[in-house]
Amino acid sequence: MNKNNSKMLTADEASKIVASSVIRRRKKNARLKTYGRIAIGLAVSFLIFLFVSIFSKGIPGFFQYYVTLDVFLDRDRLDPKGDLSPESLYNGDARSIVLESLYKVIKPKGRKEKKAAKKIISSNADVRISKMVLDDPNILGKIIPITFAVDDDIDSFLRGYIKRETPSSERRINDKVIKFVDKLSAENKISYKFSDYILTGSASRSPEIAGIKGAFIGSMLTLAVCFIIAFPLGVATAVYLEEFAPKNKITEIIEVNINNLAAVPSVVFGILGLAIFIGIFGMPRSIPLLGGMVLALMTLPTIIISSRAAIRAVPPSIKDAAYGIGASKLQTIFHHVLPLAMPGMLTGTIIGMAQALGETAPLLMIGMVAFIVDIPGGVTDPGTVLPVQIFMWADFAERMFIQKTSSAIIVLLVFLILMNAAAVILRKKLERRW
Amino acid sequence: MNEYTLLILLLLISLLWFYFGNKIALSLKNKQLKLNSLPHYYGMYVALYSIIPSLFSYLLILVFDGILFSNLIMEFVPKEILNSPDFNKIIVLAQIDNAVRGIYFGEQPDWVTVASNQMIEWNNQSLILNFFCSISLALGIGYLGFKNIHQEFRSRNSVEKIIISLLGLSSIIAILTTIGIVFSVIFESLRFFAIIPASEFLFGLTWNPQFEGAERAGSGQEGLATYGSVPLFVGTFLISLIALCVSVPIGLFSAVYLSEYANKKERSIFKPLLEILAGIPTVVYGFFAALTVAPLMRNGGSLIGLDVASESALAAGFVMGIMIIPFISSLSDDVINAVPQSLRDAGYGLGSTKNEVITNVIIPAALPGIIASIILAVSRAIGETMIVVMAAGLAANLSFNPLDAVTTVTAQIVTILVGDQEFESAKTLSAFALALTLIVITLILNFYALHVVKKYREQYE
Repeated sequence: MNKNNSKMLTADEASKIVASSVIRRRKKNARLKTYGRIAIGLAVSFLIFLFVSIFSKGIPGFFQYYVTLDVFLDRDRLDPKGDLSPESLYNGDARSIVLESLYKVIKPKGRKEKKAAKKIISSNADVRISKMVLDDPNILGKIIPITFAVDDDIDSFLRGYIKRETPSSERRINDKVIKFVDKLSAENKISYKFSDYILTGSASRSPEIAGIKGAFIGSMLTLAVCFIIAFPLGVATAVYLEEFAPKNKITEIIEVNINNLAAVPSVVFGILGLAIFIGIFGMPRSIPLLGGMVLALMTLPTIIISSRAAIRAVPPSIKDAAYGIGASKLQTIFHHVLPLAMPGMLTGTIIGMAQALGETAPLLMIGMVAFIVDIPGGVTDPGTVLPVQIFMWADFAERMFIQKTSSAIIVLLVFLILMNAAAVILRKKLERRW
Repeated sequence: MNEYTLLILLLLISLLWFYFGNKIALSLKNKQLKLNSLPHYYGMYVALYSIIPSLFSYLLILVFDGILFSNLIMEFVPKEILNSPDFNKIIVLAQIDNAVRGIYFGEQPDWVTVASNQMIEWNNQSLILNFFCSISLALGIGYLGFKNIHQEFRSRNSVEKIIISLLGLSSIIAILTTIGIVFSVIFESLRFFAIIPASEFLFGLTWNPQFEGAERAGSGQEGLATYGSVPLFVGTFLISLIALCVSVPIGLFSAVYLSEYANKKERSIFKPLLEILAGIPTVVYGFFAALTVAPLMRNGGSLIGLDVASESALAAGFVMGIMIIPFISSLSDDVINAVPQSLRDAGYGLGSTKNEVITNVIIPAALPGIIASIILAVSRAIGETMIVVMAAGLAANLSFNPLDAVTTVTAQIVTILVGDQEFESAKTLSAFALALTLIVITLILNFYALHVVKKYREQYE
């Protein structure tokens, strides 16, 4: 370099040096561009891989196999007391009525075959009959075709996950059961249709009748509590910090504090809920109210930060105009600044809510992982939420739960996409350029 | 009659006071008297006067009766249960709570029935007390406010003062949350360090809380449980490192491409696509890691003769890396865009290619911001829970081999604290000590990153 500096280059010499390196330099540039493309391509292909792997498992999870049987709904056996009350139907003999109509089709011989045949139909079949009778008592005493979910192992077999070629000892279902299933298929008794249970069923250990309704309602209740607490508090804090807070040490501490809360791992909020809300305040575990409170504390920083940005984005001329016509500071803020900042604040809130909807770890710690069959009727009933349900199902060994888990994930993702789309549309529609 | 109806009642009363305040102001106005404020401010003044103290007493009683009753009810728990080593207050309370709600699991001991009956009676009494206190406050103080109204009364100023102090109060919640976090972690951690020496926790090489029994505390015998947290931190470090190996190159190159090479259309497609990655719930990533990526890696490993554990650090770290790509790409994209155009123009003016401007001008200028984005990604990776719980497993191996199963701090916290636990045992307390170290580490990282960003921002503004 020094050598070049010491003597002046002529224009020709200089352009020669540059020209000789230009191709190499352009190549380098093209290489960097390609690296960038590859990086984005990789990231996008991960995304696609994730979605494909979830959807390819999850879409079949919305469907399941059913067996249609002609059932004679014997009044005396179904309803021993004869008063059509749920208790009487519960004491009735629906299960064996279903089994008898199954035996009529597949004609098992001996106890062993009968025992095998029992495994075909979901244990929920009697509940289904009781429900039908309760809905319409006129069907009693008639022979009508009813479809029942098949047991999860049979379902997996029909889908081909349990292979016929596998030796009987390593299969979850034995040869006799397979023979019966073949017989049912041959008589066109088996059908594959949209699952009655996945969207309307509740938590269950039997995968063929498990559904997400309870978890879904729990999620909505939790989210509602979270919103009711976090949104007003977040906006109020943002307004105070942006407009009223004196510039002093305390304000500074609050600001630093909010930024740090945003970085605290979510699992720590679960510990907070466990130690303070349950341990000291004596709140019951597993209730959506508690979950919503914990999630509200977690999403509060997100809402505050985005609300402050939205308030700051309102130009001072708006405020000056309001002051000019004699509005007080609070009137200016509530009548002019907040309405204009609302789209931004709502966008931040929706993003925070989407975060809360997908959050799992803190809810595990406050007991929302409990196995709860009942669908929560209010914020103080024990319940679970969708992500926790996904976590629990992912742990179960039955093959069918993998599909059900993927289906639950699809429902969760659909909701998240809807929420994020709402945030984007809101921002686009109401955004103003000053 | 329950808490909700009482709440609605309080709201109705304050609405009523609003109506009366408004009405009296209007009647003054109709008499051609000049009012200090708009009529509805008088209504709002009375309504706020009524609702704030009554709501305060309502919440106070609601919160504190729970605390009080949960302690008083212990009188009804038989001595032998109270004194037994596996006594757990939370479980006992849950048992009584279930009985109060009418949920029974099998046979109920007599004392539970007695206690739950007592609890129901107390709850009713507290509800009646709450009813009287809140309603009388709503009516009484509302009336005082109502009495204040006269023609010259500056109701707007008073209303605004009340509202501003409410706004100020809500900003304290953030502080209270932090205090709550610190308190909930510190006290239990101190109790943990009273049982287990801090040196063992920080430098011990085996983590094995599973066999916790009475051995350690009671007999002075060297208990079976060991609380050396080094394997957990090594596991956390290993998984975070793998995640960074995936996310830093991809995130950085994407950011450079999107901010410097991509045209507007590409940007508008790929930027949101990358951000979707950040919006996917971690439990979904966990499921993906455990059921898709881990088997793929296991099969791939056995093809080339490697023995990959079915719950390997590699699978968890890889998926976590995918998750934090957008954290790095978005933040780096922002800082690269914040580099002043004049610097770029100067570079181009000297005849540099784009590549040269990026590597010699933009990256050095944006480096502090890029480092901050990486630090934030690290703190995110350390605090991530669900992916490691579902995909990395719980085996606390002290190993730097990415193909082994390892566990992390967060995974241990969750497994220890999920389900029924006794607050007294060292095993439970250890989760709080782990949480404390986790908080300290993430806060230091966050502080440092924010500091770097702030310093950098000042440079160009």
